[in-house]
Amino acid sequence: MKRQLPLLLTFLAGTIPIFAFFVPERHVTLVSTTLDSWLIIVAGFALLLGVVNVVQMNANKIARRGSGWPYAVVLLAGLGIMGFFGFSGAFNMFGGIATRSDGTSTPFDWLYKFGFLPLQGTMFSLLAFFIASASYRAFRARNVEATILLVAALIVMLGRIPFGEMMSRGFLPWLTEQIIMPGPNMAAQRGIMIGAALGAASMALRIILGIERSYLGIGKGE
Amino acid sequence: MGQLQPGNFLLRAFYAGTTCLLILGCILASLLSLSSFAQAEVQAQSQAQVVRPQSQAQPSMQPAAAPMAAPPTVEKPAASDTPSDEGGSITVKWMEPANAKELGLKYQILRSDSPDGEYLPIGEAGAGEQEYVDTGLTDGQPYYYKVRSTLGTAFADSGPTVAAVAKGNWFRFYRLNALVLLAVFSSAVLYYISRARKAKPIYIRKIAGLDAVDEAVGRATEMGKKMLYIPGIMSVDELQTIASLAILGHVAKLSATYNADLEVPNKDPLTFAAARETVKEAYLEAGRPDLFREEMVNYVTYDQFAYTASVSGKMVRERPATNFLIGSFYAESLLLAETGQATGAIQISGTAEVAQLPFFVVACDYTLIGEELYAASAYLSREPVLLGSIKGQDITKFLLMVALGLGVVFTTIGFEFISVAFKMQ
Repeated sequence: MKRQLPLLLTFLAGTIPIFAFFVPERHVTLVSTTLDSWLIIVAGFALLLGVVNVVQMNANKIARRGSGWPYAVVLLAGLGIMGFFGFSGAFNMFGGIATRSDGTSTPFDWLYKFGFLPLQGTMFSLLAFFIASASYRAFRARNVEATILLVAALIVMLGRIPFGEMMSRGFLPWLTEQIIMPGPNMAAQRGIMIGAALGAASMALRIILGIERSYLGIGKGE
Repeated sequence: MGQLQPGNFLLRAFYAGTTCLLILGCILASLLSLSSFAQAEVQAQSQAQVVRPQSQAQPSMQPAAAPMAAPPTVEKPAASDTPSDEGGSITVKWMEPANAKELGLKYQILRSDSPDGEYLPIGEAGAGEQEYVDTGLTDGQPYYYKVRSTLGTAFADSGPTVAAVAKGNWFRFYRLNALVLLAVFSSAVLYYISRARKAKPIYIRKIAGLDAVDEAVGRATEMGKKMLYIPGIMSVDELQTIASLAILGHVAKLSATYNADLEVPNKDPLTFAAARETVKEAYLEAGRPDLFREEMVNYVTYDQFAYTASVSGKMVRERPATNFLIGSFYAESLLLAETGQATGAIQISGTAEVAQLPFFVVACDYTLIGEELYAASAYLSREPVLLGSIKGQDITKFLLMVALGLGVVFTTIGFEFISVAFKMQ
């Protein structure tokens, strides 16, 4: 029963959306959308489990002075402060969560705007530097294929900036937009997408039929 | 006689289900074609009776203050149940007057519960539009429609349509092609699974990224360093995450066997719960449950970049020997892969996100591209039944390639039927 029940639930949870895709009858649609709502509820409880895990792990690390324990202090402090102002704001203390009616920030809003968002932006902006270092490594003409890649990349990069357009009198943008991007680039992308879609469908079928069970942690195959 | 496995039972049930579905689909398609043809005939006959000639448009309804000429009356408005929907909807169609666009004609759609009752406006359409979908209706109740053509302040109403009744449908006819494709694909996969059951050997090409998993675990063991397994940032409703968990099971089993240190930081709470169970079970299967520690699989945060910052920091501080980046990734893919590359770790990545693949190819030692990710669990376990499904998948891919080639040829010479047959809605 311990093995059969999850498989049966997986079978039902997998087939109902497929059935609803073809059958527009409102009861079928209702069951399918209800399943989606259940997923949100389950995810909400799982998030609680995650928060408990974060607190436990980091508290233990601080207690035993594990490596990088000061980071754990910062993390727990951040969690505690944001959590406090978030919860108290939800009960309309400190003016709520969002901006106040007079345009001033509530503590939660202030922390979000001036603490969280800049940190997030900083992480994202690192991408520009990483793209530069990755491009430097990728575009080295080590063999014929790498040289083709280098030439194509140079054309595409120049074709997308005004300097390239000015230099080539519109030829490079045309080559990029009309030939390279919709031609070989799109063909390769679609090839990968078709293969991945079939792979995903095959895996879904294996999961629905209970052939693939490794994700349940109950052994592989039959 | 062997005990009936749930997989066996479900497989047989699916065989029967697919066959029934296909037969039902064909019957339904024939019935729907016949009924829509008959309905169109009846509708055309009724319209011929109710549509008034343009001369009968109601000039008295034109406001006296508007000196503009009366707009042409809309001809042949027809209302019928919106096909292939869950009910509560009627589609109104009309024939646009010939010079509607030049005149800048607009339309108002009016509705009433009875043919002689008051018609109230329910929606608008512009020149060039010849259809309006009225939603939020009660199934089974008759509705009547008029289409009012407006030109500035002047307007002219069409005659009323015959009674239209909204009802729920049992099949989305426009998705019949998807059903056929599903049936063909499922049949191919199930056929090769049953062949694999009869112990017929199935060839599967080598996948370098998966062959390197053992080497990567061995390297971490020899160096006495940690392995970091990142299962993407999406939840378990994403198939890439499930494929990743299957690979995680294999990695965890190897890790238990060699007593290597494994850490799985998670962004999604559901993935976290599933990953913990997978790793725990793998250690149990390897016969080393004593080596499993709860903190091996941990939760970080739900925010994408905070998660990236945490994992990148771990890579820089702890310098793991091996990084696995397998699952669904977005903007964080290059941040993580480049950081790992800078620390000198051996990196195996895999995703089906086309936009992220170039980043992984550049920054990682091995990359599982698209379908290789989904084939991983079959490849690693070498289970004949799982390998059979990959063979079936390849056959469908071959059929699609043939259809693609034929589609190109026929479309080039002016026959669009293949591209129309594959149009998905």
